[in-house]
Amino acid sequence: MSVVHGFPVLLQAADPNMPPVSGMVFFIFTIIKLVVIFTIYMVGVAMLTLAERKISAWIQDRHGPNRVGKGWLQPAADGLKNFMKEETMPAGVNKPLFVLAPILSFIPALTAWCVIPFGAPMPTRWGRIDMVVADLPIGFLFILAITSLGVYGIVLAGWSSNNKYALLGGLRSSAQMVSYEIAMGMSTIPILLLAGNVSLNSIINQQAWGGWNVVNLTVAFFIFMVAAFAETNRLPFDLPEAETELVAGYHTEYSAMKFSLFFIAEYANMVTASALMATLFFGGWDVPFTARDNIGPFSKWLSLLSIGIFLAKILFFVFVFMWVRWTLPRFRYDQLMSLGWKFMLPLALVYIVLIASVMLGLSAAGIPEGGWYTAILGSINLGVMILLFAILDRGRIISPAYGRMHPREVERLRQLDKQLEKRHPIATEGGR
Amino acid sequence: MEPHYSLIYVFHFYLFGVIALASALTFVTRKSPVTAALWLVNTMFSLAALYVMLDAQFVGVMQVLVYAGAIMVVFLFVVMLLNLGHPSELADARGTGWKLAAGLIGLGLLSEIMVIARTKLPQQLIVPRDFNEQQFQKLNAVGMIAEPLFKDYLLAFELTSVLLLVAITGAVVLGRGRAAGAR
Repeated sequence: MSVVHGFPVLLQAADPNMPPVSGMVFFIFTIIKLVVIFTIYMVGVAMLTLAERKISAWIQDRHGPNRVGKGWLQPAADGLKNFMKEETMPAGVNKPLFVLAPILSFIPALTAWCVIPFGAPMPTRWGRIDMVVADLPIGFLFILAITSLGVYGIVLAGWSSNNKYALLGGLRSSAQMVSYEIAMGMSTIPILLLAGNVSLNSIINQQAWGGWNVVNLTVAFFIFMVAAFAETNRLPFDLPEAETELVAGYHTEYSAMKFSLFFIAEYANMVTASALMATLFFGGWDVPFTARDNIGPFSKWLSLLSIGIFLAKILFFVFVFMWVRWTLPRFRYDQLMSLGWKFMLPLALVYIVLIASVMLGLSAAGIPEGGWYTAILGSINLGVMILLFAILDRGRIISPAYGRMHPREVERLRQLDKQLEKRHPIATEGGR
Repeated sequence: MEPHYSLIYVFHFYLFGVIALASALTFVTRKSPVTAALWLVNTMFSLAALYVMLDAQFVGVMQVLVYAGAIMVVFLFVVMLLNLGHPSELADARGTGWKLAAGLIGLGLLSEIMVIARTKLPQQLIVPRDFNEQQFQKLNAVGMIAEPLFKDYLLAFELTSVLLLVAITGAVVLGRGRAAGAR
């Protein structure tokens, strides 16, 4: 059963003479890493609000913000405005929870960054510095655990606001995020099967060696991406804050910087989800088409290059997030639930079995990890994708908001409506 | 023969222990279900930190992922859905006798723990000092749990999952039955 344990551990084998830094140096470098990541992250999130508005303007053929410093200083102006605005405290709110909610929605997105490796190790005169804040042996599970807490902020905001629209938004978000979390977790199991470990470093290592997971596990990537959209409450999954139905959903009652913190949290979540997609499916900081970045010898330039590559991958996915937001309309609630439970979860489960049996078959046939392995997995994925998009789905299973319902389903709903009307003529009248 | 731990380790271990106990106490004394639920989440977090400090990283993460991230969210969902947020509806209505009985049972459990903590461990439970590290090198953080679970205790594991399946089916049947009866 050496399906998954066949990789040489590249990073350790590469620099046997360079031990990681320890003691006081480790402590100081960790503080530096924390400060740098936090600064880049916050400035980046601020600039992303500008990017969102510029990209939406570009997609809708408008100009976008172009007044404050030709548009570039718009995030600073927005921030200043939010600090100066009045903080409203509506009547009947649960004050501690009302204040706690924006904080709780922001912290998980930031905490997940602890374990994401963002560059090749950097050699210094004190030893090797790993470009990750905390290299946990259970890194990937840590991310799943921390991101699963993001829902608390939204739920508490909805509940503590003493507002029925906010409450409805909170209810929707908890149902949505718990549902899609399952699909998300299941879609990543094939990655763990391939890597044979749950630490993010070994996942990146495996991709440098055996090809990016987007080729190996295309279907899992699509499930993960859809679930990531749902987890970050971005369109087409922004039902918790659906403006047409719920005013502004869970943050209806928030103003000034508290509202802004929810906004920051949304963008922070987006960046974290993009980093996860880059790490799990696109090789993390791995420089494409080279092996030197994984084998070494490491240098400072290589570290900088790999950090740049990782940033570029993240920005690409952030762009995809924005692109989708300004392209697709919102799901209906029943479509959201049926997509999550009736389509994505079963698909993810079947996919786990498929990948596991293919891996067993390949190891029984004696094919080592590498070119052929990736080619076989990739072609199987291509087959599954064609099956899913061209044959199974005709605007029915993966129905977007504008998709037709199956005629049988429409007929069933009509019958149900008629039956209800017969029994409770007044109740249905009010329910419409 | 106690192994020597650094001061900072001991400090944090007891810190998380105290936080866990204090949050648990706050959890049972709050009247509002949402506040109580949040204190329970805090307790689970501190327990997860303790597990991690005891080299059981996988258990610690699962504690957060399953209990704090899923079960308590569903709990909050139900509280919000039924709009049970107001303390008066859920206030503890039981009499003094029940409270006394509950306190006595609690004391009984505490004394049981004390007795167990004083007895000697059976021989098969005692492992060499660096057992955890060796296992970690040989397998990995998940493999340490997975190997005994899927090799030595496979039957018990599968039976537990069947038990959960029975519980889920039961819940579905109960839910459907009530809905049909109401119509």
